[in-house]
Amino acid sequence: MNKTVNQKAWFFVIPVFVLVAFNAIIPLMTVVNYAFQETFGNNVFMWEGTRWFKQIMLSERFHASLGRQFLFTFIILFIQIPLGIAIALTMPKEGIGVPVCLVLMSMPLLIPWNVVGAMWNIFALPDIGFLGHSLNALGFDYNFTQQIGDAWFTTILMDVWHWTSLVVLLSYAGLRSIQPAYYQAAEIDGASRWAVFTKIELPKMKKVLTIAILLRFMDSFMIYTEPFVLTGGGPGNATAFLSIDLVKMALGQFDLGPAAAMSLIYFFIVLLVCWVFYTLMMRNEEKS
Amino acid sequence: MKKAKWLVPTIYIIFLMLPIYWLLNMSFKTTTEIINTYTLWPQEFTLDNYKKIFTDSTWYTGYLNSIYYVVMNTVISVAAALPAAYAFSRYKFLGDKHLFFWLLTNRMAPPAVFALPFFQFYSSVNLFDTHVAVALSHCLFNIPLAVWILEGFMSSVPKELDETAYVDGYSFWRFFFKIFIPTITAGIGITMFFCFMFSWVELLLAKTLTAVAAKPIAATMTRTASTSGYELGLLAAAGSLTIIPGAIVIYFVRNYIAKGFALGRV
Repeated sequence: MNKTVNQKAWFFVIPVFVLVAFNAIIPLMTVVNYAFQETFGNNVFMWEGTRWFKQIMLSERFHASLGRQFLFTFIILFIQIPLGIAIALTMPKEGIGVPVCLVLMSMPLLIPWNVVGAMWNIFALPDIGFLGHSLNALGFDYNFTQQIGDAWFTTILMDVWHWTSLVVLLSYAGLRSIQPAYYQAAEIDGASRWAVFTKIELPKMKKVLTIAILLRFMDSFMIYTEPFVLTGGGPGNATAFLSIDLVKMALGQFDLGPAAAMSLIYFFIVLLVCWVFYTLMMRNEEKS
Repeated sequence: MKKAKWLVPTIYIIFLMLPIYWLLNMSFKTTTEIINTYTLWPQEFTLDNYKKIFTDSTWYTGYLNSIYYVVMNTVISVAAALPAAYAFSRYKFLGDKHLFFWLLTNRMAPPAVFALPFFQFYSSVNLFDTHVAVALSHCLFNIPLAVWILEGFMSSVPKELDETAYVDGYSFWRFFFKIFIPTITAGIGITMFFCFMFSWVELLLAKTLTAVAAKPIAATMTRTASTSGYELGLLAAAGSLTIIPGAIVIYFVRNYIAKGFALGRV
């Protein structure tokens, strides 16, 4: 749509600007303030310069939680994206099956995140949970509160349970937008199922898949509540992802300076990815 | 090959339903049964857990608090986003792209980054432990969300509609309320659904900003779990009840949910 230039449009944007600024700029300035100072309580502050940033960047604890975060995000993307596409491809295209699938598959997306954690906790407990009990009955030595591998397995399985449906819904929407003529043409040419997938379906899904990958990247990068309720970051620090570690530092130990510096670094990483995504998306839109 | 096609979604749905079933199963059991035996369905079927929730005010006020701030947030977000989305979809103005990007960054800010400053900020303006505080703090991610979804719907309305109305002598506001808003009711409904949903599932900020008076149900659950030992049946019942609002609304928006995610969660 060709838009007209109208500077008065700013008046329409003011309520949104004020509300979001109230929530974003003032608290963010507080964080910046803490990041450069040392406090001994009683509102006494001393200028510290970039000391906290150096401390965080060099701390093993930050490297460890950042490493865990990237590993986690990479694993869940690697599972959820192909799995989501596969399920979307096999979903019914018409009839009663469509609403049934859509409603049932969306269920996990609407459950409060701590309930997801609590639900998986009682589902996976080795003595009374269905998953834990079954795995132990099958001869696996499974206990997610004690063993690091099991804790990771459970956290990843929970995230796959919670979010794969998002990828399914997006891919399904992308698939539905393909005109039947494409499939008819492919049939006339005698194209194989694989060729139809790589030459027609995948290119048509490109846009929604970009969205899906970036959504999953961002949301898994800020994951907090579900693993916090499920494992509490444990055993030890094995599943303490960035957010969990940050909240521990800020609200648990009240190390405001380092926590603030870590917040800013964390936010900067997300912002960087966000910017890359935004430019990519805008370029796509200009092309089409 | 063709016949086995329904297998994949079926297995997936069974996988999705298992933990939910287990939660429901637990909620109908007595505490002794949960702790002492492993049963696939309740042996002594009981509704005591639900009875406790509906009669004990510490429990049911949690639900009321959650619904109260979620509804408040939905109304604020949509009301503020409507004119802004219109401006973004119809006009070019100074800094529009930067503003849009800035809104986008707020959608992506990890709530953990904001937890501590929010706590201090809302305490200093005397809003700590009020519904308004939670409703306002959720605007951080729900307003950008509402702006994007609405902008998507508004951009699909042809501009000729506006122009014809002006030619017919409508003033801007009369056009906006009498003609424009009725044409995008579906979009507004979906936006409200998504705002409702994301405010409903968020816990970190809601928990940080409340203590007693406005405590959400989800926080009641976590605190019970850690203080009064293991009342798993009660916890399971409370969890099962939090699924219901989502399950109801999702039925109404089932055909739009993918579109909403695609538009709004970018």
